Amino acid sequence: MARAALRGRLTWQVADLVDRIDETAQVRSLVLDVPDWPGHRPGQHVDVRLTADDGYQAERSYSIATPADGTRVTITVERIDDGEVSPYLVDELGVGDKLELRGPIGGYFVWQPSDGGPLFLAAGGSGLVPLMAMVRARIGGGGHVPVRLLVSSRSPDEVIYGGELGMIDTDQAGVEVIQTFTRAQPLGWSGYRRRVDREMLDDVAWPASDNPRCYVCGPTGFVEAVATALVELGHEPGNIRTERFGPTGG
Amino acid sequence: MGIVSRGFHGRARPAQEKLPPGQYLTEDFPVLSAGPTPRIVRDNWTFTITTETGTAHRWTWQELLAMPAEQPTVDLHCVTKWSKLHTGWTGVPLDAFLADVETAADYVMVDSHGGYTTNLPLEDVTGGKAWVAYAFGGEPLEPEHGGPARLLVPHLYFWKSAKWVSGLELRDEDEPGFWEGYGYKNYGDPWREQRYAGD
Repeated sequence: MARAALRGRLTWQVADLVDRIDETAQVRSLVLDVPDWPGHRPGQHVDVRLTADDGYQAERSYSIATPADGTRVTITVERIDDGEVSPYLVDELGVGDKLELRGPIGGYFVWQPSDGGPLFLAAGGSGLVPLMAMVRARIGGGGHVPVRLLVSSRSPDEVIYGGELGMIDTDQAGVEVIQTFTRAQPLGWSGYRRRVDREMLDDVAWPASDNPRCYVCGPTGFVEAVATALVELGHEPGNIRTERFGPTGG
Repeated sequence: MGIVSRGFHGRARPAQEKLPPGQYLTEDFPVLSAGPTPRIVRDNWTFTITTETGTAHRWTWQELLAMPAEQPTVDLHCVTKWSKLHTGWTGVPLDAFLADVETAADYVMVDSHGGYTTNLPLEDVTGGKAWVAYAFGGEPLEPEHGGPARLLVPHLYFWKSAKWVSGLELRDEDEPGFWEGYGYKNYGDPWREQRYAGD
């Protein structure tokens, strides 16, 4: 496995917010321009730092939602109602405002088309964000690795990137999106309507004999359940990479 | 101090005094792991210290439980920014394991079931600064938190407190462990905010 270590110093940079995209009622994507951005790999994240006028600072990590694209970096932020940082980013930060960040951070929960596959991605809620960067890298001209993306959401109005997911042409793109809705389903829904379990993974994930690369991101309960079930289905633990993407602290 | 974030006020300040820079307080106990949680049967658990000359010293689960335990109350600081204060553990100090181990090494590589590693100076796991911990809050340590037993090195970022610990390799030379090889700081002192290489 390639170990592209971050040898240089990760200095704080000032980014400009150039666009905001409403993904759901609680989730917003922030399109940032970072003049000295060194590039990144899908799956990596940034640290964001806010500073109050008395010097008080708060830092949080946010996954990057897009593949490398020059100085453009898009993060997707879920608003945690009692959070300290996310309500500011979702509600207050406006186009033209500046935001301090540094990155890219994390070198293990990453995938790029040259890493090969097949690729199985399992997202719980906003755990979709770093996995979407991988999907976008693959669809945006990144080779022919077959991809299956399983997205678990409570209800249709909580699906981030829902329009984009719906537009993916499986036959043309080689990327298949499977959704499950655990509380409320779209009208006429005939697909999964339960939490991800071993039986669903047996149907949806590539078989262990194909030696797929598996990436699992979501709240702790989701990640524990999916990763454990994949191991039970015969997947090599070393092929399963996990990341928690929960509302802790926000 | 960075640029002021227009309209950002942050939380009330008093609780922040005990926190290292950039950390925030959490009351729950987040779980962070790079892969699936290994399921380790206690009867098969062993802890092995291997010296720089290759001599191995091994303890079983029953031997661990028979050693004099301590009950440290410590603060935890995760590099992902959360801190959890006044956590209660039960564990055996590494000094007890190292008492009969002959070594002149300066470094340790910590090994875990599942393949995780992390590196430390030996002096950071001796002198009452580190434990093999097997209970949290008086209860057996849950697998997702590193059970049956994890290393506890609370004065450094929590990734140094390796879950599912299986042993220590005593070494003359320092080498990066798992996260240290992916750009995280080699030493990881939260009070100096040593999160990433170059910090």
